[in-house]
Amino acid sequence: MSGLNAKTPFRYALNAASVAGLYLLLMALIRYRVLNRYQALMLIPIGFNIILAVSLNLSAGFLGQLPLGHAGFMSVGGYAAALLTMNLNMPANVELPIALVFGGFVAAGFGVLIGLPALRLKGDYLAIITLGFGEIIRVIILNLDFTGGAYGLKGIGRKTTVTWVYIFVVITLWTINALIRSRHGRAILSIREDEIAAEASGIPTTYYKVLAFSISAGFAGVAGGLYAHYLSILDPSAFGFMRSCEILVIVVLGGLGSIFGSVVSAAALTVLPEMLRGFAEYRMVIYSLLLIGVMIFKPSGLCGKYEFSLGNTLGGIQAGIRRRILKRGGGVNGSGS
Amino acid sequence: MTLAYFIINGLQAGSIYALVALGYSMVYGIVKLINFAHGDIIMVGAYCTWYLMSRHSVPAWLAVICSVVFCALFGMTIERVAYRPLRKTGRLSLLVTAIGVSFLLQNVVQLMFSADPRMFGNFFTGAVIIGDRRFSTATVATIAVSLVIMAALTLLVKRTKIGKAMRAVSEDFDAAQLMGINVNRTISFTFALGSGLAAVGAVFYCCSYSQIQPTMGGMLGLKAFVAAVLGGIGSLPGAMAGGIFIGIAESFTKGFISSKLTDAVVFGILIVVLLIKPSGIFGMRAGEKV
Repeated sequence: MSGLNAKTPFRYALNAASVAGLYLLLMALIRYRVLNRYQALMLIPIGFNIILAVSLNLSAGFLGQLPLGHAGFMSVGGYAAALLTMNLNMPANVELPIALVFGGFVAAGFGVLIGLPALRLKGDYLAIITLGFGEIIRVIILNLDFTGGAYGLKGIGRKTTVTWVYIFVVITLWTINALIRSRHGRAILSIREDEIAAEASGIPTTYYKVLAFSISAGFAGVAGGLYAHYLSILDPSAFGFMRSCEILVIVVLGGLGSIFGSVVSAAALTVLPEMLRGFAEYRMVIYSLLLIGVMIFKPSGLCGKYEFSLGNTLGGIQAGIRRRILKRGGGVNGSGS
Repeated sequence: MTLAYFIINGLQAGSIYALVALGYSMVYGIVKLINFAHGDIIMVGAYCTWYLMSRHSVPAWLAVICSVVFCALFGMTIERVAYRPLRKTGRLSLLVTAIGVSFLLQNVVQLMFSADPRMFGNFFTGAVIIGDRRFSTATVATIAVSLVIMAALTLLVKRTKIGKAMRAVSEDFDAAQLMGINVNRTISFTFALGSGLAAVGAVFYCCSYSQIQPTMGGMLGLKAFVAAVLGGIGSLPGAMAGGIFIGIAESFTKGFISSKLTDAVVFGILIVVLLIKPSGIFGMRAGEKV
C-alpha cells in the first residue's frame, strides 16, 4: 500500500500511542462527566464482552470449529478468580491481576481437558458436545459446596475497574492478533481452510486445535474473572446455554474471523439493550428482530472479514493525498510514478 | 413396585422428549440446521392451548387441535420468513438466526402474557387401573398417544408420496430437486409436521407439570435435542428411542441417585455416546470424502 508498511517500529509506536491515547480519552471523558457514572460503568461489561467475543472468535472464526460451551469456561475462570481473591488478603490492585491470570490458566486447563476428547468431533457434533460439557460444568458448580451451590458465591467484592478491564482487553487483542499473524496462527488458519490438506502438509492438527481451543478458553476465564469482580456475586444460572449463545451471536454478528468486527459488535450489543430502555418491555423484541434482520440481509456479519489497522488506514490516507497532489501537479510527474 | 413406577414415569417423560426430538431430527435431516427455536415452539403450543382453554373456555380437545394447527402454520411461517433466505449462505448464520427466533418468541410471549408462570389445569382426570396398580390418566394417555403418533409418522414417511419426498430431500438436496421434487414444499411440510408434534408434546408436558412460563422451552428443548443426537440425528426411530432412553435415565437418576444431578447425567450420557459413536446409536456413519 505505502511506505508505512515497512516501518514496523513506527507501527508499534503508533499502536502503543493510540492505545494510550484512547485510554486517556476515556479517562478524561469520565473525569469531566461527559460520560455519567452509569455510562462509565457500562464500559466494564463492554470490556469483558469484547474479551469473550474475541476469544470465541479464535476458535469459531479462525480455527473454524463451533463451540457452544464458552460460558462454561467463563464460569470456571470466574469462580477460580473469585475464590482466589476471597482467600488472598492483598490490596485489590495486586490480587486482581493475579486472580485473573490464575482464572485464565484454570480455564485454559479445562480447555485442554475438554478439548482433547471433544475436538475429535467436527461441525455440529463438536457444537453439541461442547454444549454438553458447558451444561455439566454448570450443574457441577451448582452441586459443589465451596462454590456456594445454587445460592451463588457472594461477597467477592467489586474490584474490577475500567483501567483493569482496559488493560486486559488490550492484552487479549494483542495476544490473539499476534498469535494469528504468527507461524502458529497460519497453522490454525490452514486447519480452518482444509483440515485434510493441513494434515497432509505436516501440521499437527490435533495439537493446534487443542492449543487454539484452550487459549480461547483461557481468555474466556479472564473475562469470567472480570465479570465476577464486577458483579461481586456469581450465580451458576448466569452461565447457562443462553450465555454461550449470546457470545456466539456477538461473534457471528461482528463477522467470523474479524477481530475488529467482534470488538465493534460486542460494544454495540452491550450498549444496544441499554439504549433501547426507552422502549421498556419492547427492547428485547427489538433486539431479536435486529439480530434476525442483520443475519438475513448481511449473513457474513457486520464487518465480514475486515480488519482495522491504524497503520494501513493512515497509509491509505497518505497514499490518497499523494495521488491527489500528483494529479494536481499535472500529467508530467503523475504518469511517471 | 418402585422399579415399575420409575419405568412408567420415565416412559411418560421419554414420550414427550421423543415427540419433540422427532421435530429436531426431521428438520436436521433435511436442512442440516439445529433448530434452536424448536424448544420455543413447544412453549408457543403450551401458551396457545392454555389461552384458548382459560380465556375463551374452549373445550380441551378443540383447544389441543387448534394449537397443533397453529403451531404447524407457525413453524412453516418461521421457515419461510427467517430460514429460507439463508439456506444458501452458510450454516452458522442460519444457526444464529435460529437463536434470534428463539429470543424473539420468548420475548413476544413474555410481552403478551408476562413472565409469571401460569397454572395449566390437567384435563386428564381420574386414573387407570392396570393389573393391581393405579396410573394417572395423563401418564397412560401420554404414552399411548405418543406410540400411536410415532407409528403413524413412520407410516407417513415410509409409505406416502410426501414421505418419500422427505427422504429424498434429506438424502440429496440437489438430486431431489433435479428429479422434480418440490423441495420448498417438502421443507415447509417438514417444519409443519415437526412443529405440530412439538405442540402435542407441549400439551402432554403441561398436563404432567401443570405450569407454563415463557422460558420453559429452553431446557425441555435442549434435552429433546440431546435425545435426537443420542439416537442419531436425522433418524426417526433413533429420535424415538433416544427420547425414551433419556426419559428413563432421568427417572432412574431422580429415583436412585439425586434429583439435582439429572441434567449432569443426561449430558454425561450424551458426551459418552458422542465419543464412542459420534453418529448416535441409530445413525449412519457418513463416509468422509478426501
